[in-house]
Amino acid sequence: MKRFLSRWDAPVAGYLFIAPWLIGFLWLTAYPMLLSLYYSFTDYTLMESIDWVGFKNYIKMFTNDAKFVQSVKVTFLYVLASVPLKLVAALFVAVILNKAVKGISAYRTAIYFPSLIGGSIAVSLLWSNMFGVDGFFNKLLDLVGIQGIGWITNPGTALGSLILLNTWQFGSAMVIFLAGLKQIPKDLYEASSVDGASRWTQFRSITLPMLSPTLYFNLIMGVISAFQMFTSAFVITRGGPMNSTYVYALYLYEQAFNRYQLGYASALAWVMLIMIVVVTALISGSSKYWVFYETDMGGKK
Amino acid sequence: MMRIKWKQVSRHAAMIVFSLVMIYPVIWWIGASLKSNAELSSPNIFPAVPQWSNFTKGWNSVPGYSFTHFYLNTFTLEIAVLVATLISCTLVAFGFGRLDFPLKKFWFSLLMVTLMLPGQVLIIPQYAMFHQMGWVNTYLPFIIPHLLAGGAGGTFFVFLLIQFVRGIPKELDESAKIDGCSWFGIFWRIVLPLTKPAVVTVMIFCFLWNWDDFLGHLLYINSVDKYTVGLALRMINDSQAGQEWGQLLAMSLVSIMPATVIFMLLQKYFVEGIATTGIKG
Repeated sequence: MKRFLSRWDAPVAGYLFIAPWLIGFLWLTAYPMLLSLYYSFTDYTLMESIDWVGFKNYIKMFTNDAKFVQSVKVTFLYVLASVPLKLVAALFVAVILNKAVKGISAYRTAIYFPSLIGGSIAVSLLWSNMFGVDGFFNKLLDLVGIQGIGWITNPGTALGSLILLNTWQFGSAMVIFLAGLKQIPKDLYEASSVDGASRWTQFRSITLPMLSPTLYFNLIMGVISAFQMFTSAFVITRGGPMNSTYVYALYLYEQAFNRYQLGYASALAWVMLIMIVVVTALISGSSKYWVFYETDMGGKK
Repeated sequence: MMRIKWKQVSRHAAMIVFSLVMIYPVIWWIGASLKSNAELSSPNIFPAVPQWSNFTKGWNSVPGYSFTHFYLNTFTLEIAVLVATLISCTLVAFGFGRLDFPLKKFWFSLLMVTLMLPGQVLIIPQYAMFHQMGWVNTYLPFIIPHLLAGGAGGTFFVFLLIQFVRGIPKELDESAKIDGCSWFGIFWRIVLPLTKPAVVTVMIFCFLWNWDDFLGHLLYINSVDKYTVGLALRMINDSQAGQEWGQLLAMSLVSIMPATVIFMLLQKYFVEGIATTGIKG
């Protein structure tokens, strides 16, 4: 009798405990997803009735929307440049920091700090001032006799400035790399130095393969967040100059909340989701060629 | 021996230079917040005559309101969201991490999928829903989702706590059950106290992410009376078109202080939280 009770009891209790999430998932995730899929086939403006238009939004996007094309281009450029830059910086510093043990927490604090505050509007405001025509960067260039330019007012450099801002925030990726580096058994390095392996060989044949799962994680997370980049483009450049920083999330925001084209914006959102899914699927499909888990090498775990 | 020491020295030198490069904009920021407009673009870090009035004037630069008002708004919202998150996420994590129930695997895999879901897919339909319910220009679009283990970072916090709860030995439950403890008792008296380190991590990131949830605030809050600090900053920036940069930078600097103080106090939890869970700051 007691066994029966506890077996019956756990499912009910289980559902009671997960009820907040379950309600939230059904009401605030699953239902809105379906709703937005529906909206994406309509002309919905929040005020008027919803008119079914079939694939019109999607067709328009791919055949007759220069801003869509531009925002896809800018976003891919941004992802392709900022993600690798950030990863390389994070890995480079993590490897150095992994050895310099004394004072590590002070270094870590300094390097992590930009990531801590980086997403805030405050930092966007700071950078828009520093990159101005009379801003800090140009004054610095003046000192060495180089004529500065308007970094964020020049279409050729605006996106680069935002990429630089993003790269500056490599701290959390670095901390994750540091944790990964700590997992690598020390005896691997000892054995290889006995064999006379150089630093570079050790890095390529021990550190990189052993760190590849961490690299994979950082890559996926970096790509997903880079696709959604919004605040700095919205605050610093507003997509300009000449749409050179007109990222996808900004276009989506403007369609939805400036022009109230919620149907069209929903279609944009679904295309974004598909782009992210395809890119992450490509990365994870490629992972079997470059991500090594310890079990592959006959290790424990 | 000598060579090894030199290596140490050069490594530290590299790290010091690197740290300075990283922190330099922040140092410049502190200096700039005390500068007059005329001096602002000078490459000197520190101002000739510190303009402390940047802080006092900046604090009152929104007509009819002071930043005290915006900070109170932000903290009210933060506290409500933190409490909601703590209640919902710990309960759900206990359910998933501790109990067996039909379809558990199915629900858990859905939870994992939503972790990867870009927020953009949800903002439009959620906005339409909250709009119809009359929730726009209230704090409900932030509090209610967090009460349902969602909102900014919610799913991630559940996932993190589940992983942690799973690591607590199940024998504890068994003995408590024999002593006549209910499931809620096991949750409240045994598992929750042991989950403290993970709960601290969740609270830190919940605070930070909501403080920085600029897009969310932008969408749902539209009367100045309910503005958060971030929205107030943007308003000054827009209205003054950069004429009073010193004040704006001073207020921006103040706005990152809560995050900075929390970071300084809880550095250990922070770094461990990121390293073990992969949370991005």
